[in-house]
Amino acid sequence: MSDLTRMSAADLSKLITAKQVSAVEVATAHLDRIAAVDDRVHAFLHVDREGALEAAAAVDRGEITGPLAGVPIAVKDVVTTKGIPTTAASKILEGWKPPYDATIVERLKKAGMPILGKTNMDEFAMGSSTEYSAYGPTNNPWDLGRIPGGSGGGSAAAIAAYEAPLAIGTDTGGSIRQPGAVTGTVGAKPTYGGTSRYGLIAFSSSLDTPGPCARTVEDTALLHAVIAGHDPRDSTSINQAVPDVVRAAQIGKNGDLSGVKLGVVKEFTGDGSEPGVSAAFKESLEALVKLGAEVVEVSCPHFQYALPAYYLIAPSECSSNLARFDGVRYGLREGDDGNRSLEEVMSLTREAGFGPEVKRRIIIGTYALSSGYYDAYYGQAQKVRTLITRDFQSAFEKVDVLVSPTTPFVAFPFGSRTSDPYQMYLADLFTIPTNLYGGPAISVPCGLSEGLPVGFQIMAPTMADDRMYRVAAALESAVGTLTPPAL
Amino acid sequence: MSYEEILTRYEPVIGLETHVELGTRTKMFCGCKTDFGAEPNTQVCPVCLALPGALPVANRAGIEATIRIGLALNCDIAEWCRMARKNYFYPDMPKNFQTSQYDEPLCTDGYVDVTVDGKEYRIGIERVHLEEDTGKTLHVGGATGRIHGATESLVDYNRAGIPLVEIVTKPVPGLGELAPEVAKAYVAELRDIIRSLGVSDVRMEQGSLRCDVNTSLNRPGEEWGTRTETKNVNSLRSVERAVRSEIIRQSGILDEGGKIFQETRHFQETTGDTRPGRSKETATDYRYFPEPDLVPIAPDPAWVAELRAGLPERPSAKRARLRLEWGMSELDMQSAANAGAVELIEETIAAGASPAGARKWWLGELARRANEQSIDLAEVGATPAQVAALQKLVDEGKLNDKLARAVLEGVVAGEGDPAAVMAARGLEVVNDTGALTAAVDEAIAANPDIAAKIRDGKVAAAGALVGAVMKTTRGQADAKAVRDLILARLGA
Amino acid sequence: MAAISREEVAHLARLSRLAVTEEELDRFAGQLDVILQSVARVGEVAAEEIPPTSHSVPLTNVYRDDVPTPSLTQDEALSGAPDAYEGRFRVPRILDEED
Ligand SMILES: [Mg+2]
Ligand SMILES: [Zn+2]
Repeated sequence: MSDLTRMSAADLSKLITAKQVSAVEVATAHLDRIAAVDDRVHAFLHVDREGALEAAAAVDRGEITGPLAGVPIAVKDVVTTKGIPTTAASKILEGWKPPYDATIVERLKKAGMPILGKTNMDEFAMGSSTEYSAYGPTNNPWDLGRIPGGSGGGSAAAIAAYEAPLAIGTDTGGSIRQPGAVTGTVGAKPTYGGTSRYGLIAFSSSLDTPGPCARTVEDTALLHAVIAGHDPRDSTSINQAVPDVVRAAQIGKNGDLSGVKLGVVKEFTGDGSEPGVSAAFKESLEALVKLGAEVVEVSCPHFQYALPAYYLIAPSECSSNLARFDGVRYGLREGDDGNRSLEEVMSLTREAGFGPEVKRRIIIGTYALSSGYYDAYYGQAQKVRTLITRDFQSAFEKVDVLVSPTTPFVAFPFGSRTSDPYQMYLADLFTIPTNLYGGPAISVPCGLSEGLPVGFQIMAPTMADDRMYRVAAALESAVGTLTPPAL
Repeated sequence: MSYEEILTRYEPVIGLETHVELGTRTKMFCGCKTDFGAEPNTQVCPVCLALPGALPVANRAGIEATIRIGLALNCDIAEWCRMARKNYFYPDMPKNFQTSQYDEPLCTDGYVDVTVDGKEYRIGIERVHLEEDTGKTLHVGGATGRIHGATESLVDYNRAGIPLVEIVTKPVPGLGELAPEVAKAYVAELRDIIRSLGVSDVRMEQGSLRCDVNTSLNRPGEEWGTRTETKNVNSLRSVERAVRSEIIRQSGILDEGGKIFQETRHFQETTGDTRPGRSKETATDYRYFPEPDLVPIAPDPAWVAELRAGLPERPSAKRARLRLEWGMSELDMQSAANAGAVELIEETIAAGASPAGARKWWLGELARRANEQSIDLAEVGATPAQVAALQKLVDEGKLNDKLARAVLEGVVAGEGDPAAVMAARGLEVVNDTGALTAAVDEAIAANPDIAAKIRDGKVAAAGALVGAVMKTTRGQADAKAVRDLILARLGA
Repeated sequence: MAAISREEVAHLARLSRLAVTEEELDRFAGQLDVILQSVARVGEVAAEEIPPTSHSVPLTNVYRDDVPTPSLTQDEALSGAPDAYEGRFRVPRILDEED
């Protein structure tokens, strides 16, 4: 048998279904791979060997069948897993074991997918490099001295390093797509409301979207189909049929895009990106034209305000969402010496428990929501959000999908952007508009720049997730997948 | 200085904020039960404990109850509104924000009419909005169980997330010295209206209705003064006392040329005055913003119309109507309303009793029992049908008053319906003339002196023989019949 | 001109229950100033008549029925508590409003 860890989820599933390989063998192969390489990659914060093998055994006993039954998965540590530590990569939740599963985790379990463990991330999903994890960064399998993107660097790196065929990520401003781009993997942000947020530790409630990460577009679609769909426990969950993303990916694989109009966002061309990124993007665009697609330039004049609007809305919501971490009901408590008041203990707990980026955002959010500043900051950002949504809507009257590079630059060396938070924020320049609008978007590897992966982003209208999968699969068929150097 | 004298020089303006805990089966944003008195932290879940990742889903019954309250208070119902987050840290609030409403309340611009001393006052309602309750904190180590001096606190989140409706009046000027009474009458009327809707048990002593009272004073012709907000006002009587004591306190300061500060004060049940609390000037900015985890509320107009059509008769109108029908005095009706007896009396009459009969039992014997046990009249153990049946037995002469009380005791003790209790306990009035005549003759024979007096025309002496007969019949004879029989037998 | 002063950052940290150090105050004040000057660009957009977007999904009236669902047990509820006593969460003394 060839190396099970190199196979796609789709192929693993076929072998397991045909009983040519057992789910336990598949899980074991990945757990062994984790044991072999994760000291260098540090994609995982917690590995659940026992739980994964037990879930795999249940599949082998025939208790669960289905399209991905027996295919193991890694879950970003911001999603609750019952009885399994869930920390959001923060000291404030060190050792916390949730008494409940997130809806998407329930769905993974129901689908018979063994959970290998919890992946590293920027603390509370705030960051673009995984350098803000309280437990140390994840290293990019393409170059261990470089960032794997963020916040979901652990999930992307786990896939790129063949530690897992599939992973769950969450995308608030690009945290699935940007790590996908810089690790040469695929990552999709579904339509907001298309995947349940119940059990996803909130960063910015109106933006957070869980989604699939994989090495191929088809695998991404298969996982998307497992986790998507209405959840009555999430009030913002859309009660409609999930678009058939798996079929769309299969259609796209045939490589025919005739009649498909791709909109290139004028405001995202120009000198915003590194030259190698622009070059790879242009080549991919030409490849898509060869498959029959038509390229149209569209203007989205308000996209330039997406980054500022995002960095007001997300911190505002986070300042409120993270208020619950106070050392009363769960998590860290600091400074309770019997003399200090609760107020002091709370402040010491939060000071000790949160890292610098989380604190910065809490303070910015507290500022932006203050009564004297609300209208100028949070209120204005929400109006800009409306204008960005209108830009998308009018663009989608002219084109089927919008395309851009996923991120302006390839994986950068550790430490090169941490001193200037705003430089870090620029990593999400192209991914953020979609979060503000709520539509789906996917990042697909589209080539290399100076030996490092470049991502191609495809954005679709809300609840037209299938559309982006078709284009993504077509692009993949044209440019192929990327293989990192051996670890 | 007398209260009346103060009000010749100052005009009060009052305002009331009332929180009503709804009687839904489950909490506002999760499916936890709302039973009163459960073991601590047993009616909690990831949502109402604010565990990381948990999300709220609104309880339809909470929305419906809020709209019904709004309609009953003559409010406009918003076509579209949102919940908001009110951000501040406090350990009884699991999320460290309260899910509430801010600039988009569900109901606005209504009114309530109340009558004091025969005169009607219209209290404007600014808004009625929906929010959630907090948990309960027990302060340990202090002398009094109060926060002051406590060394630590213990928190139970069972109550956290129970739907709370906040009803805010517009400022009410022009009440003069009647301000305390009107405030009290308003809260009483509000309580009755909400009780009639069946959306809350509105018990002030259990905290399901809580009141904050705003008071300010100004000299005639001048602008309204700075208001204080008195919290912790937990009975109707306290509402009245809180307003009165704030008027007296503020006038004292103003008389000396002092200034009133906008502040929160706490009502002291024991002394009847108010004490300073947190100063509003340093109060936090709540940083309200629309709750992103809940979608907007846009009540279907047809639904609202349906709820409007289904509103019960306004309690004060109903009381006026029933008072006339039942031939009761204002005072009796008021005490019936205060005792929560109006509906019970109504149902008892519907079950066949006369108004006087129904009233007598509910406001007499049963009210006394409820009072003794500090329970609601409705929970005293007798149903309107049973009371009606009891009264019927009295009307038929099968029970006298004393026996009826004994039967009622059996009913309340769960021994069955009145007829069954009467039979089982052998309490029926002795109407058998033969048996009665024998008892009378026996008494005459045993008391020849008294009998002689009666024969001589001293009719008043018959009482002693009646007593004797009642004794031998164990009280089950009709005293008047016994007396008549004695007189007849003795030819008096 | 600075968008945010060191004192303002200290006040916001207090509001946010963050016992930040003096060193952090210095660092944050500078960083937040850069960030806020950058995000203040949203003010360049003329959006007077534009309605704000708080939710990207066009949903309204999402409710659940008033039917109980299982709660956690007391043990589960308290399982993550830093300190608990007799079924309740234990916290240090709360500052008196009069303090
Ligand atoms: Mg309130
Ligand atoms: Zn609950």
